[in-house]
Amino acid sequence: MRALVAPVLGALGFVLIWQIAVLLRVADPILLPPPAEAFTETWRGFATGTLAHDTWRTVERTGLAFLIASAIGVPLGVALGAQERLYRGVEFVVDFFRSTPASALFPLFLILFGPGEGTKIAVAAFGAALVILFNAAYGVINARRTRVLAARIMGASGPRILVDVLIWEALPQILVGMRGGVSLALVIVVVAEMFIGSTDGLGHRVINAQMLFESGLMYGVIFVAGALGYLLNLGFLLLEKRFVHWSGR
Amino acid sequence: MKLTPRETAITIRGLYKAFGGHPVYSGFDLDVKRGDILAIFGPNGCGKSTLINMAAGLLPRDGGDILFDGREVAEIRVGYVFQNYREALFPWRRAADNIRYPMRRMGLPAAQVEARLQSLAERFRVRFDLNRYPYELSGGQQQLVSIMRALAVEPEVLFLDEPFSALDFETTLSLRDLLQRVLKDLGITTILVSHDLEESIILADRLLMLTRRPTTVADDVPITLPWPREAEALAAPGFMALKARCLDVFQRAVAAA
Ligand SMILES: Nc1ncnc2c1ncn2[C@@H]1O[C@H](COP(=O)(O)OP(=O)(O)OP(=O)(O)O)[C@@H](O)[C@H]1O
Ligand SMILES: [Mg+2]
Repeated sequence: MRALVAPVLGALGFVLIWQIAVLLRVADPILLPPPAEAFTETWRGFATGTLAHDTWRTVERTGLAFLIASAIGVPLGVALGAQERLYRGVEFVVDFFRSTPASALFPLFLILFGPGEGTKIAVAAFGAALVILFNAAYGVINARRTRVLAARIMGASGPRILVDVLIWEALPQILVGMRGGVSLALVIVVVAEMFIGSTDGLGHRVINAQMLFESGLMYGVIFVAGALGYLLNLGFLLLEKRFVHWSGR
Repeated sequence: MKLTPRETAITIRGLYKAFGGHPVYSGFDLDVKRGDILAIFGPNGCGKSTLINMAAGLLPRDGGDILFDGREVAEIRVGYVFQNYREALFPWRRAADNIRYPMRRMGLPAAQVEARLQSLAERFRVRFDLNRYPYELSGGQQQLVSIMRALAVEPEVLFLDEPFSALDFETTLSLRDLLQRVLKDLGITTILVSHDLEESIILADRLLMLTRRPTTVADDVPITLPWPREAEALAAPGFMALKARCLDVFQRAVAAA
């Protein structure tokens, strides 16, 4: 309970400053509606509008992109990490595309996957996969050498060492990669929903609200997207705590 | 010291090892008697770890032979206890599962695995809960788990690389006590690397003192003190005399370098 006090106070403070800014007329009320209005608009969006559906669509796309990214990134990263020389060979390419803004890839992926769902999910999966791959490979490369030697002396063969030691050693880093990957996938999906022929999703809803001057709703959608990102991050942090109980001890 | 072939557990002949062109061992020979505890003592960087790592098959050698009763290391069962127990145990497995691990790799049936685990716990008078994770145990308990893990396969040769150097004095004393009893009970041929002269003498049947690189034997000291050697043995006259002799050799060897 105690742990909740600080964040709740912080959030209340934020709303208070917002309200004061509205009262002082810092900006045009069209651009900055009072928090109560943003709240009721968002409520209405959920109750009678399509906001729940939009949120679900964004979650669905992000989840699908993340699953594809993990299915490719984890095994490939572990395999490359186990062959360090091979990884050094492809490291530059991985680093290069990891540093490339994913948005710059939209045109290319549009040609490859067409203007439908495919492109949104493919770009998000591509971006997330690189983050996951990179982390998985480094997790394996940085495996404690003593543990590998210990396993070898206890009679573990190469594949056995991979399964019994390297993957476990890399697990904390793999989960860090997944956390980064899912956040990036959400970012890319929301951007894609704004600009690539969408009829639903939070990105679509936020840009629609902006164009229709529904600024209360616009802020509401922004907060829903923010909450989504925050919860995904939190979920993975809890997962890390639960599954890598030994990390850092 | 003359050993008959039957008595010899480890034979090292013409060992050669270099790092970046600088030899650590150049024509090094050694015989270790079956059932002996051999302590290796020498200055930092003289190649103690390098020697046992080559013997244990963890490090390739550049020349010469290391044979165990005529066999290569891959053909025998060995145990190895690392200095850094924190990095040697598997923290994702419970202590008991760490000890079971090498037995499972050997393909022992489950019943035998449990029986051996039980008997090891009794031999080492384990009073803490082996179903805990390593990081929930004290340093001494973790190193004890490492030692039990190394002994679980009933090794023909046991290697220990400065096993107590990260532990406090009290823990070291009690672990030394347990270890010597068990090793002498089971008669396991052991090579112990230590940078503690008292420890090398109290735990060993024979003490090998090495020089700086290129590494040679400064002295080869038989330790004939009676077993078991408890903490009081550290004050016995025989022990004091040996320690004085070794200190003298050590100082001359270091001064000569
Ligand atoms: N992989 C390596 N590459 C280059 N030099 C090495 C390597 N491993 C060991 N050496 C060198 O070989 C020498 C012997 O190393 P080793 O670790 O065997 O010494 P040690 O006697 O165990 O020392 P310490 O008491 O510090 O543990 C040292 O001078 C070390 O610098
Ligand atoms: Mg060493």
